[in-house]
Amino acid sequence: MANAIVEIKDLSFGYKGRLLHKGINMTFPKGKVVAIMGGSGSGKTTLLRLIGGQLKPTKGHVEVGGEVVHKQDREGIYRLRRKMGMLFQHGALFTDLSVFENVAFPMREHTNLPESMIRDLVLLKLNAVGLRGAHALMPTELSGGMARRIALARAIALDPSIIMYDEPFAGLDPISMAVICDLIRSLNDALGATSIIVTHDVEETFQFADYVYFVADGVVAAEGTPEDLRKSELPFVHQFVHGEKDGPVPFHYAAPEYHASLLRGAR
Amino acid sequence: MVLHKLKRMLSKLGAGCINKIWRLGAGGRLFWLTLVSSGESFRRFRLTIREIYFTGVLSLIIILVSAFFVGMVLALQGYHTLQKYGSSEAIGVLVALALVRELGPVVTALLFAGRAGTAITAEIGLMKATEQLSAMEMMAVSPIARVIAPRFWAGVIAMPVLATLFSMVGILGGYLVAVPLIGVDAGAFWSQMQANVDWEYDILNGVLKSVVFGVACTMIALFEGYDAPPTAEGVSRATTRTVVSSSLAVLGLDFILTSFMIAV
Repeated sequence: MANAIVEIKDLSFGYKGRLLHKGINMTFPKGKVVAIMGGSGSGKTTLLRLIGGQLKPTKGHVEVGGEVVHKQDREGIYRLRRKMGMLFQHGALFTDLSVFENVAFPMREHTNLPESMIRDLVLLKLNAVGLRGAHALMPTELSGGMARRIALARAIALDPSIIMYDEPFAGLDPISMAVICDLIRSLNDALGATSIIVTHDVEETFQFADYVYFVADGVVAAEGTPEDLRKSELPFVHQFVHGEKDGPVPFHYAAPEYHASLLRGAR
Repeated sequence: MVLHKLKRMLSKLGAGCINKIWRLGAGGRLFWLTLVSSGESFRRFRLTIREIYFTGVLSLIIILVSAFFVGMVLALQGYHTLQKYGSSEAIGVLVALALVRELGPVVTALLFAGRAGTAITAEIGLMKATEQLSAMEMMAVSPIARVIAPRFWAGVIAMPVLATLFSMVGILGGYLVAVPLIGVDAGAFWSQMQANVDWEYDILNGVLKSVVFGVACTMIALFEGYDAPPTAEGVSRATTRTVVSSSLAVLGLDFILTSFMIAV
């Protein structure tokens, strides 16, 4: 696809002989918000780690800006990561630093900006997530939603061209969820960045995502715009989008036959 | 059946040994990476000073109070034995040598492992469990250079200073018991100490020991934290292992170092 900033090509990845991904292909075009959806344990977060170069694929590769991630040396990977911002599931704020220092952290590490400019930039980023007033607080004094927003401010501190979100809605109240939804879209468009969101919240994601990939059993089970997927008749997509408890993804974990298990227990 | 049990036992033993060797290797690797990533700890010495405060300054109370009591007990016990031989004036030398050569570095290291070592392991383990180290990696900042190395150097710098303070306060404790309480002559107490404690042989060797203990205790604490499984149970086990491994390492290293130093 034209203008792709991140591309996953024929990617397989596994631990200890068990493959988690079996030949995944995905494209993330510049300026778009793309969601990767799937059940818990389907390896969505692992995909983000593969894009960020924290893990090496078993087969295939990930390209960021045309460069193959796992072939880079440490310097190369760090150079690529400077183009990325990542929001971790629970924010991953540095608990020994204040909110201000958390957002200033990437600037202090990677730039030689004077203190006055760092201050202005940090307040600018905090203002973008609506928490300029919280700059003096410590991470332990924040609610889950606030921590997530501060972590987002930190992720965009160096104006990345790729922003990755790992379960940005997990454990948030509806108001915080709406705020984060709005921020993801508005920050993406304001920064001209590309956003990759890993999530399983269908309703929220379908409101603002441009394109969605469904991952199941290690492959891309379905893909398309939210409208396409809402209408999809594929059994897995239907089950997932409508939250049905039984379907292609079974309610029961794989187990021997029920009666046989019970009788064996009685013996 | 017996054969099967034996086989299982042997393979368990083998797995345990391999695991220990693997951990030793992983610890050595982390040590090497810490050394080569240490530039920043000195270029931005502020980072290291902050850690010296947490590991060193905050350990002061326990170290100094213990030192005071150890010194007082040494004087009591020493006097009890020395007076039998009519050489109770040598109490100053006894207290000073015991502290400077052995008890200062060793007890400081044991207390350090319990106070600062556990704090380091728990902190790094929880930073890992809450993805703070991962987040740092994703920001293209090396956690080894930014988190591990400053703590390592802080421990290495703090330990000899703490051990020296331990010896000083211990001697003060010994003095208070020997001179005002028991009535040993103050002149004899200090002058015998001055005449018989050698700068190089006793004091420098003691400091050298505490530097080695500083490297060992801090590195063990850092490795245990860095290697801890990112769960509540993982971090708590790692913290326990820090105390056990550090204490054993200190006592073992003390024997090795002492045998070299005495032989010289």
